[in-house]
Amino acid sequence: MKNTTWLNLLLILCLGLFLWWADGTLDGYKIRVLNLIAINIILALSLNLIYGFTGMFSLGHAGFMAIGAYVCSILIMTPAQKETQFILQEAYFWVQNSHAPFIVAVVLGGLTAALFGVLIGIPLLRLGDDYLGIATLGFAEIIRIVANNIPRVTNGALGFKGIPDHANLWWTYGWCVLTLFLIVRILNSNTGNVFKAIRDDETAAKAMGINIFKMKLLSFSFGAFCAGVGGALLASLVNTIDPKMFIFIQTFNILMIVVTGGLGSVTGSILAGIGITVMLEWLRFVENPITIGSWTMAGIPGMRMVVFSLLLILVILFRREGIMGMREITWAGIARFMKRGKA
Amino acid sequence: MNLATFIQHFLNSLTLGSLYALIAIGYTMVYGILRLINFAHSEIFMLGAYLVFWGITLFHLPWPLAIVASIILVAGMGIMVDRIAYRPLRDAPRISALISAIGVSFFLQNVAIVFFQAIPREVYRPEWLENPIIFHGVRVLPLTLFVPVLSLLLMLGLVYVVYHTKAGLGMRAISKDIETSYLMGVSVNQVIALTFGIGSALAAASGIMWALRYPQLQPIMGTIPGFKAFIAAVFGGIGSIQGAVIGGLTLGFIEIMTVAFFPDLAGYRDAFAFILLIAILLVKPTGLLGVKMEDKV
Repeated sequence: MKNTTWLNLLLILCLGLFLWWADGTLDGYKIRVLNLIAINIILALSLNLIYGFTGMFSLGHAGFMAIGAYVCSILIMTPAQKETQFILQEAYFWVQNSHAPFIVAVVLGGLTAALFGVLIGIPLLRLGDDYLGIATLGFAEIIRIVANNIPRVTNGALGFKGIPDHANLWWTYGWCVLTLFLIVRILNSNTGNVFKAIRDDETAAKAMGINIFKMKLLSFSFGAFCAGVGGALLASLVNTIDPKMFIFIQTFNILMIVVTGGLGSVTGSILAGIGITVMLEWLRFVENPITIGSWTMAGIPGMRMVVFSLLLILVILFRREGIMGMREITWAGIARFMKRGKA
Repeated sequence: MNLATFIQHFLNSLTLGSLYALIAIGYTMVYGILRLINFAHSEIFMLGAYLVFWGITLFHLPWPLAIVASIILVAGMGIMVDRIAYRPLRDAPRISALISAIGVSFFLQNVAIVFFQAIPREVYRPEWLENPIIFHGVRVLPLTLFVPVLSLLLMLGLVYVVYHTKAGLGMRAISKDIETSYLMGVSVNQVIALTFGIGSALAAASGIMWALRYPQLQPIMGTIPGFKAFIAAVFGGIGSIQGAVIGGLTLGFIEIMTVAFFPDLAGYRDAFAFILLIAILLVKPTGLLGVKMEDKV
C-alpha cells in the first residue's frame, strides 16, 4: 500500500475516534449539527461534481433530495405507523406495505433520484449553462408540486411525521466518507479527466472524440444519486418531511457551500460544508429573542438569510474562486509545507 | 360552460397574462443585453407592491403619489442592484453574475422579511375597484378591464422608447454586440442602467396591479410570478420584447383556461409553467421569436 493510503486510513481512524468521543459526551443539539455537517458535505460534493467538475449549472438538488427523502421515509416507516399518518387519503397498497431496513432504504432513495436524474438529464443536458440552471430549477419545483398533489403516496401537504431516526453519526459519516471516496476515485480516474475536459472546453472535448452526452449524463446521475442519499439521511435525521422543506432555499444553501469552498475543489467543499453549517446554526441566535439581564431584544426573523445572502454576494464579488479555488489540500502538499517550515 | 363564464375566464386570463408580460419584459431586456437572468427582478416586483402600501398607510400619501413614488424608488433600486452586484462582474464568467443575482434575490427577499415581517398582509383597495360591473350576466371587477388597458399603454410607451429614441438605439446596439457598441461611442453603462430602470419600473407597475388584483402582500409573493414571467420570456424568445408579451399572455391563458376546463388539475397550476418551459426548451430552445446564437469555437 502507498503511504498516502495509510495516512488516509489513519485520518478515518481519527474521525472514528472523534465520533466515538462525540457520541458519548456531546449533547443532542451538537450531535445534530455534526450530522448536518456530514449531510451537507455529501450534498455539496455531489453538486460540486455536477457543476464544479463537469461544468453543468444545475439548480435541481432540492428535487433530488426530495425524491430520496420520500422514498427512504416510506420504506423505513412501519405499515402500522403509515396507517396513522395517511389521514387525507388512504395510501396505495404498495406504499402502505413496503418496508425495508435503513441501509436498503437509503440506497433505494439514491437510486430513485439517480433514475430521475437520467430521465430528466436525457432531454435537459443538451441545454447551455443558464438555461440548464433554470430548467433543473423547474424540475425541482415540479417534483415539489407533484409531492403536494399525490396524497396517496406522499400524504400531500402534511408530509410525514415521526420518521424513525436511524440516522446517527455513524451512518451519516459513513455515507459521507463513502461519497468522498467514490468522488475522489472518479475524479482521479480517466473519467474524471473527461469531466474536467468537458467543463474547460466542451467543443474541444467533443473534437477529441469524447461522447459528451454520455459523460455528462454519468456525472449528472451520479450527482443525483448522492443528492438522493443526502435527502434520505436528512429525512431520517429531522424525522419530519413535507413538500415545503424542499423549496429553492435548500439548493441555495448547497450552492453557497460549493461556491464558498471553491468550484472544482473537493477539500474546499468539505471545509465550507463544515464552516457554513456551523454558521447557519450559530446565526440562529439573531432570530431568537436575546435576554441580557432584564433587557430583552426581540429576535429578528429573516436576519439569518440576510447575512447569508450578503455573504454569498461578497464572496462572488471579491473572491470569486472561494476559499480554495481549484486547489486541493493533499498529503503531498502538507509534506511540502512541513519541509518548508523546517528549512 | 356558458358564454358569460367563458368571457369572465377570458378576461381573467388577459389580466394575468398582461401582468406576466410586464414582468417578462424586464427579464427579456436585461437578458438581451447582458445574457443574465436577473433573479432579483421578482423581488423588485414584490418591493414595488409593498412600497405603495407602505406609502399609503405609513406616510398617508394619496394613491397616485404613492404609486409614482414607489415606481421611481424601485427603478432606482433596480439600477443600484446592477451597479453593486452585476457591474463588477461584467468580465467574469456568466455564471458568476447569475450566482450574484441569486444572492441579491435572497437578500432583498429576506430584508423584506425583516422589515415587513413574513406574515401576509391584506391590501386595502379603493371602493371603486371593489364593485363588480355586471354586463349581460358577465361579472367583472373593474380592475380586470383596467389592468390589460394600462399594461398595453405601458408596453406602447416602451416600444416607443426602444425603437424611436437614441437610448433605445443604444439598447438595441448593445444587445447585438456590446464591444462594438463601446467602440462606436455608446455610453454602455448608462444605457444598461436605463434598461434596469425601465425594466424595474414595469415590474413595479405589475407588482402594484398584482397586489390590487390578488389583495395580499407577502415577502415571497414575487418568487412564483417571477419564475413564471421568466418562463414566459423564454417561451416568447428571450431578448425579444414582443416575444415576452406573447409569452406572458400565452402563460396567462394556459393557467386560467386549464384550471377552468379541468378543475381537477388546479393543484398542479404552478407546475404548468415549468412543464411549458421544459417543453419549449426541448422543441425550440430559442423560443417563438428568438434568434439562434451560434456556439463560438
